[in-house]
Amino acid sequence: MEKSIRSLIFITIITVFCIWVSLPTTEGIHIDSDGDGTTEINLNVQLSQGLDLVGGLRVLLQAELPPGSFTAEDLRQTANNVGKRVNALGVTEPTVQVQGNNRILVELPGVRDPQVAVETIQQTALLEFVNFSGLSGQAQDFINARILTTQQVMIQNQRGETNDGTLLVNPLTNLPFETVMTGAGLQAAAAEYNQGQWLIQFELTNDGASIFGPYTAANIRQPMAIVLDGQVVSAPVIQAQLDTGGVIEGRFTEDEAKQLALQLRSGALPIPLRVESAETVGATLGQESVNLSIRAGVIGVIIVFMFMLIYYRVPGLAATFALMVFILINVALFKLIPITLTLPAITGFLISIGTAVDGNILIFERIKEEIRANKPIEEALEAGFNRAWQSIRDSNFSTIIICAILFFFGQTPGASIVAGFAVTLVIGLLVNLFTAVVVTRTFLQILVVVLRQPIERRAWLLGA
Amino acid sequence: MFSLVQKRRWFYLLSSLIIVPGIAIMIYSVVTTGALFRLSNDFVGGSIYELQFTTSGATEANIRDVFEANANDDLSIQRLGSADANRWSVRAAFQDTETQGAILEGLEQIAPLDRDSVRIEQVSPTVGQEVAQAAFVAVIIAATVVTGFILLAFREVPNALQYGLCAIVAMLHDVLVVSGIMSLMGLLLGWEVDALFLTALLTVVGFSIQDTIVVFDRIRENIPKHLGEPYETIVNRSILETIHRSLATQLNAFFIMIAILLFGGDSIKQFIAILFVGLLTGTYSSIFIAVPLLVSLQKGEIPFFSSRKPTIQAVEA
Repeated sequence: MEKSIRSLIFITIITVFCIWVSLPTTEGIHIDSDGDGTTEINLNVQLSQGLDLVGGLRVLLQAELPPGSFTAEDLRQTANNVGKRVNALGVTEPTVQVQGNNRILVELPGVRDPQVAVETIQQTALLEFVNFSGLSGQAQDFINARILTTQQVMIQNQRGETNDGTLLVNPLTNLPFETVMTGAGLQAAAAEYNQGQWLIQFELTNDGASIFGPYTAANIRQPMAIVLDGQVVSAPVIQAQLDTGGVIEGRFTEDEAKQLALQLRSGALPIPLRVESAETVGATLGQESVNLSIRAGVIGVIIVFMFMLIYYRVPGLAATFALMVFILINVALFKLIPITLTLPAITGFLISIGTAVDGNILIFERIKEEIRANKPIEEALEAGFNRAWQSIRDSNFSTIIICAILFFFGQTPGASIVAGFAVTLVIGLLVNLFTAVVVTRTFLQILVVVLRQPIERRAWLLGA
Repeated sequence: MFSLVQKRRWFYLLSSLIIVPGIAIMIYSVVTTGALFRLSNDFVGGSIYELQFTTSGATEANIRDVFEANANDDLSIQRLGSADANRWSVRAAFQDTETQGAILEGLEQIAPLDRDSVRIEQVSPTVGQEVAQAAFVAVIIAATVVTGFILLAFREVPNALQYGLCAIVAMLHDVLVVSGIMSLMGLLLGWEVDALFLTALLTVVGFSIQDTIVVFDRIRENIPKHLGEPYETIVNRSILETIHRSLATQLNAFFIMIAILLFGGDSIKQFIAILFVGLLTGTYSSIFIAVPLLVSLQKGEIPFFSSRKPTIQAVEA
């Protein structure tokens, strides 16, 4: 009995902690021990919901270059710049992850316009200021044309590509156009509305100014092309020396101007990307499936409670308490680990609730048998728990193995939803090893002591 | 004592009545469609649009026009829910972002879309192929590991191989039942095999083994307790002793699954239905296939796999 009371105290502490963690308002522990404004002890507790629940965009981008033509550092830099763009989109909790050696996974929860988001993050946005000196009147004919520049030739050489000959070269020299400076020379860029048109105002870095200042000074009244991803956006005439910044005109719409400014701020992508897979989920749709799953879960759990109480009576009551502890520990773990909840993940959890009572049932059936063999109650309980343990352990093990296999299958980008199911199911099975055995045993031993008299008179209370 | 084991030939017959037509359907499916099942985007790539219009006006014809105008043939267009729900599902080939944008713009011309209730999934054939490969590997690993686990779990029992063999046959039984039903649903209702189907199938395998182990465990325990009793009687006793547990456990899992089927979201229902059928056959097979098969093997009813001297084996144990 003393042992049971010690277990009960232990279980109570765990339960109270789990209730606290599970409360929707709990955000964790953040302690600022020395009062300097930054918290030293941080325990984050948040329920993180997957895109299928909150809505949003999930897109897998693939390097559009043959393997070997770029380094891991290039890919990391690309992901980094994608990350900057994503942050500028104002999404809360975006994820940008390098996957394997040629992919980047981007998740944007709650994004309203996935189309714009994909275009913004996917575009290479290589900006070039190109020498058009001497072309005078001809310069305007190149607007919207795709031209070959020295910068592009350099990139192609690095990647071991050859150009296909459809790009225009400088008619004066029959050589590629000379790139004066790339977007890397810009330090800030912003979209601005000025005199009836959208344009981009930029400032130069020190390096940028040291190239751009002398060049513009030497080429006053000559045209200069502004080229984005190989396409001429505009070809203004240089009016004065520019060594701090300037503006880019190009008949932009408001959206285009803002998008380009954002891309220039975050830098060009070292590797061009294409969309390999994408999923867009409307916000309402996700919320609806959360509500439906919660409703289904609550109804299912109530039926399980009723079944256990009616079929097993006093042990059933212990199992019901244990199941409540089970649910609390699971929810708390989801928040602590944290597990990203998706629809399959919630389903895995619900299934684990359904199978969680399996351990209890194995034990209770044993106890019934022992009581039928006329053993005293305490001995029957002891024997029931001890004998059922091996079955519980062995039988759960096979499902745990399967979950591990499913989890690895779920690491494939296209099958990621599977991982959520496997993780919650396996957490459920493991927690159940604790609740079905330790928690149920403690509750049952205490209930048997408290209800000794009625139980001894009525064997049916133990389900026998 | 009520004998289940004696009626084993009836159980074999019942299972054959489900499995043989299932295999026939799969063969029919291969002949007519070239594949065992209808494979979803997850494995072959493509796009799925779940569209929610705010007003009526969309018809299969005008939706088709929009997609075809953007170089998409081989479409499958379906209305979801009732006629006034204005909800449609479209399956098409994999598209780039620009095409997707153009299609959505075209659809907006038909009737305004409620973007908060639209779901679009794009999977390139490459990604689909990778998932298919990973699925294949997962199945091979699962089969190997599960077989190994069964042999390990029963290594100390006399005739460990027979127990392992029976558990594996029961598992294959469940895989065949679920696959046959999936193939049938694919032909009848257009159900597609996706990553979640594989998840359901492997989970079923896990639970099926779990059930079989509980019953076998009891047999292992009962053999020394009832020395001298015929093997068949011991086995039968073990089934009757564990049948309450098996049924009670399954019942609880079913409560949860039925609740999800009746009250849960649509997107998960096919997965739950497969899981439901799988767990049902899993419980059935562990009691009515795995264990009777063990008796058949011990009694030498199955040539080649059976022990030479069945009766002595049981008494010795």
